[in-house]
Amino acid sequence: MELIQPLIDGIFIALEPINLAMVILGVLIGLFVGAMPGLGSVNGVAILLPVTFLVPPTAAIIFLAAIYYGAMYGGAISSVMLGIPGASTAVATTFDGRPMALKGEADRALVAAAVASFVGGTISVILFTLFAPPLAEFALKFGPPEEFALMVLAFATFVGLGGSDISKTIFSTLLGLVLATVGLDIVSGQPRLIFFDLPGFYHGINFLVLAIGIYGIGEILWTLEISQGRVMVSKVEMSIKRMLDAFRSLKVTVKSTLAGSLIGYFMGILPAAGATPGSLVAYGMAKSFSKDPESFGSGNINGVTAPESANNAASTGSLLPMLTLGIPGSPTTAILLGGMIIWGLRPGPLLFENNPEFVWGLIGSLYIANVFAMLINLAFVPVFIAVLKLPFTILAPVIFVLCVTGGYAPEQSMHDVWLILLFGVMGYLLRKLNYPVAPMVLAIVLGPLAERSLRQSLLGSQGDMLIFVERPLSAVFLLLGLALFVYPIVQMARHKKRQGGPAGEG
Amino acid sequence: MTGFTAVRRVFGVRRVFGVRRVVGWTGSGKRLGKWLGAAALCAGLAVTAAPDAARAEWQPKRPIQFVIMAGTGGGADQIARLFQSIIEKEDFSRVPVIPINKPGGSGAEALRFLQDEAGNEHVMMITLNSLFTTPQLNPNLGVDIATYTPIARMALDTFQLWVHADSGIQSLDDYIAQVKQAGGSWKMGGTGKGQEDSLVTAMLEQEFGLKMTYIPFPGGGTVAKNLVGKHIDSTVNNPAEQIAFYEAGRTRPLMTMTPERLEMLPDVPTSGELGHPELVYYMQRSIVAAPEISDGARQWYTELMRKVYESDQWKEYTASEGLFREWLEGDELAAYFAEEVKKHKKLLASTGAM
Repeated sequence: MELIQPLIDGIFIALEPINLAMVILGVLIGLFVGAMPGLGSVNGVAILLPVTFLVPPTAAIIFLAAIYYGAMYGGAISSVMLGIPGASTAVATTFDGRPMALKGEADRALVAAAVASFVGGTISVILFTLFAPPLAEFALKFGPPEEFALMVLAFATFVGLGGSDISKTIFSTLLGLVLATVGLDIVSGQPRLIFFDLPGFYHGINFLVLAIGIYGIGEILWTLEISQGRVMVSKVEMSIKRMLDAFRSLKVTVKSTLAGSLIGYFMGILPAAGATPGSLVAYGMAKSFSKDPESFGSGNINGVTAPESANNAASTGSLLPMLTLGIPGSPTTAILLGGMIIWGLRPGPLLFENNPEFVWGLIGSLYIANVFAMLINLAFVPVFIAVLKLPFTILAPVIFVLCVTGGYAPEQSMHDVWLILLFGVMGYLLRKLNYPVAPMVLAIVLGPLAERSLRQSLLGSQGDMLIFVERPLSAVFLLLGLALFVYPIVQMARHKKRQGGPAGEG
Repeated sequence: MTGFTAVRRVFGVRRVFGVRRVVGWTGSGKRLGKWLGAAALCAGLAVTAAPDAARAEWQPKRPIQFVIMAGTGGGADQIARLFQSIIEKEDFSRVPVIPINKPGGSGAEALRFLQDEAGNEHVMMITLNSLFTTPQLNPNLGVDIATYTPIARMALDTFQLWVHADSGIQSLDDYIAQVKQAGGSWKMGGTGKGQEDSLVTAMLEQEFGLKMTYIPFPGGGTVAKNLVGKHIDSTVNNPAEQIAFYEAGRTRPLMTMTPERLEMLPDVPTSGELGHPELVYYMQRSIVAAPEISDGARQWYTELMRKVYESDQWKEYTASEGLFREWLEGDELAAYFAEEVKKHKKLLASTGAM
């Protein structure tokens, strides 16, 4: 096959000493950058961009891609260990990763996340290698109506996420949507919901600010209340035997990991969608098609592998629109794109023909980066577990400092820090009243995308709603969304009927 | 200046900033002390290693904040990061230049920030045309750009009228006929309302008596992709945003809104050649500093940007991305800004944005 030769060449390019060193260094940096809430791969890549001028362009872009890649692995770590998603892509990982850590199964969750990430990453690189040009054509078919339908599909999974009280889930989603409208409206250019005329609201409310506030500060307040000053230590053990057991227990996750990889990759190649809806839809699917959906949310290992394989697959996927269309699928790829342009590499349909060495070197390095990211990640699992053994009285102030600095770093404004504290209190109250917070946090990410694509579609169709069902792709997504929305409700209703006799367990 | 000192400089300085983030993880006073010591040592080496040639009266004492009044990945962001890398690579400054994106409200956030930093000699900003429009659209922002210290105009970016290659439209006349036939449902894509693309669209509508449906997208790249995917009918992209698709035969430029033809698009007629010399619009790429800084600091920044302007990297970038390198500084730049503010006031009023 004509693809094999350039790929082998590419892998050899990636294995050249300097490129390999860049892969390993990048993965290591990415892992730690990704593991710290608020630092995220965007900052990591941006800060290190000038450093890359000391090496040749191919090595430099491989370095940046490796950081990006490592950070996707690292994102799962803070989700599992601290319950704080460092990026919107890792929110779905907290649903079951955090409960597993609380049950003393943090090692299993971390191993599962690393292996699922590897599988997701590798499957997507293979798909990337085989089908890049036709998939790029497919991505072009995606206009505003398709994007909106995809967002509806992602929102539909919320019903499955929120637990038994659907009205509370809807309330939480709506609250997130209101927060998402703060800032400047792209269509009219007018400011909306600028509370107290504070200039800080002009740039809207950042996902990280809300997530760090609600998950980070809110969690600290909550734990303070339930521990009432008693010294608490998480019960975790670590041994070779447990590690091996963790690997063996991955057998049950094959289906969710494979499905997650495919869903993630598919979502990733669509310019607007990216890894966040990808990981959500993967989680929703895994839960809907599971034999015991009730165990999701309280520490089902499939709830870790599905979103983790999906977000890694999506991160590779989002390189496709960047390379072939010049459209970054995420803020991180935007900075990668900037780097490529500085080096005189012009992304676009002709990049594969004009710079084959660069493209295949990058693809080759993704194969290698995957292997190293998994190995390095697994090697560090004991270190992360050791952190969990610290008493809460020490851990809490450290987390607090991380939350505040992590919230301040991206925009460098105190406005965001005050918001984090405010959202912290709000998160605590919502938790006390038993509201699911994930729908709110996700709505702030997906809300603006959904609003924009809806308004763009309606502008284009002169206000005709039928545009969403007339176009085959968007019609399919809407139907899928409807199915994902109704299925959990039907299941819940059936479950309640069955529970009429014996006492319910949940 | 050897490569080795460059390595040490870059890594040393980065580490100083890294410490803040590392503090939480080490959580130990002793190790923190070591970190700070090592970082200070590296920073010290960096300062002593920097060449003292061309010593001006004023020298920066700490890292320079480089504010970008737009988000990551756009044209201004790319250029700012290119400047940062040229400055680092060629060692034009002995302190690092740290880019910060403040995209909020079409640059409102960045404009307000720079105004509030009056007297701060360690901050500079790269501008878009929202420098002229945003303060007018948000009068309660309390920003007067005449108070900023003008440093340098580095280049002018250009606009073309683009359609899909399959559209069958070969000329401006075809285009006008088609838009008229569509009766208002012609979909013109561009960036946010009140920003450059929407102003250019309004200019076209007025000049040719057209009516189009304007659909805003978050960035020029997304606009270009939606044209290639035929989700919109035409755009007024910059050359950098469309050139890859043009070379692949997917899109076609009908007219360039400049007085002269572009080197990279030699076959595309100018608006003047087509009988509409009024249709000229540029995006200026300039550098400004905070209000009320000393003359010494102003000179230092102007000198710094002149070196960047004369660098090969900037010449290559402007040539390959279709920008005009047009230098302005000092009072001339201030006069240019004042002129542009007036021009945009008229534009905004005539388009009904204000």
